[in-house]
Amino acid sequence: MKNKDQLQLGDHFFNSRLLVGTGKYENHDIMKKSIEASGTEMVTMALRRVDLKNPKENVLNFIPENMTLLPNTSGARNAEEAIRIAKIARAAGCGNFIKIEVISDQKYLLPDNYETIKATKALASEGFHVLPYMSPDLMAAKEMEKAGAKAVMPLGSPIGSNRGIENKGLIKILINEIKVPIIVDAGIGKPSHAAEAMELGAKAVLVNTAIAASKDPIEMARAFDYAVKAGRLAYLSKFGEVKARGDASSPLTGFLRKEQ
Amino acid sequence: MEILDVLEKYPEEWVESFLKKVTGERIEEILKKEDLSLEDYLSLLSPAAKNYLEEMAVRAHKKNLQHFGKTILLYTPLYISNYCVNECVYCGYNKHSDIPRKKLSLEEIDREAKIISDKGIQHILLLSGESPVDTSIEYLEEVVEVLKKYFQSIAIEIYPLKEEGYRRLVQKGVDGVTLYQEVYDRGIYQKLHPKGPKRNYDFRIKALERAIKGGVASVNLGALLGLSDFRKEAFYTGVHSKYLLDTYPSVATSVSFPRMQPYLGGYEDIDPVHDQDFVQILLAYKIFMPMTGITLSTREEPALRENLIPLGITKMSAGVSTAVGGHSSDKENTEQFEISDNRSIEEVKESILKKGYQPILQDWVPL
Repeated sequence: MKNKDQLQLGDHFFNSRLLVGTGKYENHDIMKKSIEASGTEMVTMALRRVDLKNPKENVLNFIPENMTLLPNTSGARNAEEAIRIAKIARAAGCGNFIKIEVISDQKYLLPDNYETIKATKALASEGFHVLPYMSPDLMAAKEMEKAGAKAVMPLGSPIGSNRGIENKGLIKILINEIKVPIIVDAGIGKPSHAAEAMELGAKAVLVNTAIAASKDPIEMARAFDYAVKAGRLAYLSKFGEVKARGDASSPLTGFLRKEQ
Repeated sequence: MEILDVLEKYPEEWVESFLKKVTGERIEEILKKEDLSLEDYLSLLSPAAKNYLEEMAVRAHKKNLQHFGKTILLYTPLYISNYCVNECVYCGYNKHSDIPRKKLSLEEIDREAKIISDKGIQHILLLSGESPVDTSIEYLEEVVEVLKKYFQSIAIEIYPLKEEGYRRLVQKGVDGVTLYQEVYDRGIYQKLHPKGPKRNYDFRIKALERAIKGGVASVNLGALLGLSDFRKEAFYTGVHSKYLLDTYPSVATSVSFPRMQPYLGGYEDIDPVHDQDFVQILLAYKIFMPMTGITLSTREEPALRENLIPLGITKMSAGVSTAVGGHSSDKENTEQFEISDNRSIEEVKESILKKGYQPILQDWVPL
């Protein structure tokens, strides 16, 4: 049941608008505590890192129990590989959510929108709740929405770059035009970037490197929780108009009013 | 442009004179840059950059953290045969070496694989000498079939194959290829490989591209440091890896900088690469190509391996025996080279965790 201000993905509702990852942590214990500190309810992990043979190493065993899992297809270089990884994830008991990540460029790690659309179509038609990771492009986002994506996840800047929302204008267009939630994924380097994405109108953000690779991931996770909440509140409170300069005391068209 | 044309753009003499001209000022400028050129990389390999190791370490650490986080992927090499038709003058498996030769049967491989897999290892690297008769593609296909039962990722470090050979092994489950050029200097290469198929420099240097066309997802390259001037060799390794990443961006490229280790009664003409030089190479490369991995073998001492972790290493071998059948047999057997880190997989994992890094045992799904 939807109540108050919740994030809606298909028919699932979440109180937290912060999604976090599981990669790059120095150990499973710090990862677990960071996830808890972030207040998140949805955690993404690369299926290729899910070690089903060794319970001691299996990342799934270190994700707090009440979390919704969002396995991702990291490692896939085309739609076909992404589809196969998604099916393995479902068979491994990771649930129906899948974040499609198709990367055929190891240099900049930019997603392949074309292959991602294909994978979205195929997986959505098989009952997956698909969240595609993409380069912010309106036509591609529309295709993904049409294909049945439950959200669209444009990158703010390349994965792990911590450069923030470099594609602000393009992401704003997606926010305006796409009906399913826009979740800004990748590139968010500090809490202020997350707040900025939320103020812009993103429905949620996904953060990994900025938390995991910080000196104190647990405290950083908490900071992101606050930032996302602050950004969301600010967005809902509607901003006053931003003006380039103060109002001129003697408006140039003031004479028109005098004549009335 | 092919790799040979790219390498030709940087002749030995040019590299040598460039290295001499690098100043401290230039290094300071480079360390402020976001994206480095090949010339910048060469500058960081110069003697002038030796005075900036700490600054370079800070930069390499940050870049690596951004790309790979606090993680180290572990793998174990499995030696399946030491039969070899080549005559590499620096290698213990040299055709003329008077050592007991051994090739593992499929049952023996099954036994070795089980022992390694029981320790938690999911990434295996299959190694053999070059002997198309003893280690034919058909044999290798059968070996891969066996290994598939135990491991998520199978890479090979064997002799260079034709594209078709790589394709066949990929179809069986191989996803990665390691192949060292050994030495990029063509003159020295010819001297060190007097006979045998390995004498063909060009066939070897193009092998990784054939592997990529055959369908592998990752390649690992390098030069055996100590056989020639290490600065030049490290530079050409960088030229090669940049070429591969630019030409085949969907393939994960990584490098190793193996330092020549002596073997019993073996090759003495080694130009030593001291720890300081070795660290400089690793740092220079990581700053230049932060998105690519660096693999570190058990050729290096445990203490050094530990200290190198935060400087940009992404993958390490553990639980290693370089003798054929060395995992399941206690019998003395001739190793290809002496390893310096004899710790068990558990011990290596512990030491990585203590250093504030997470040992990763699985980073691949066979598709």
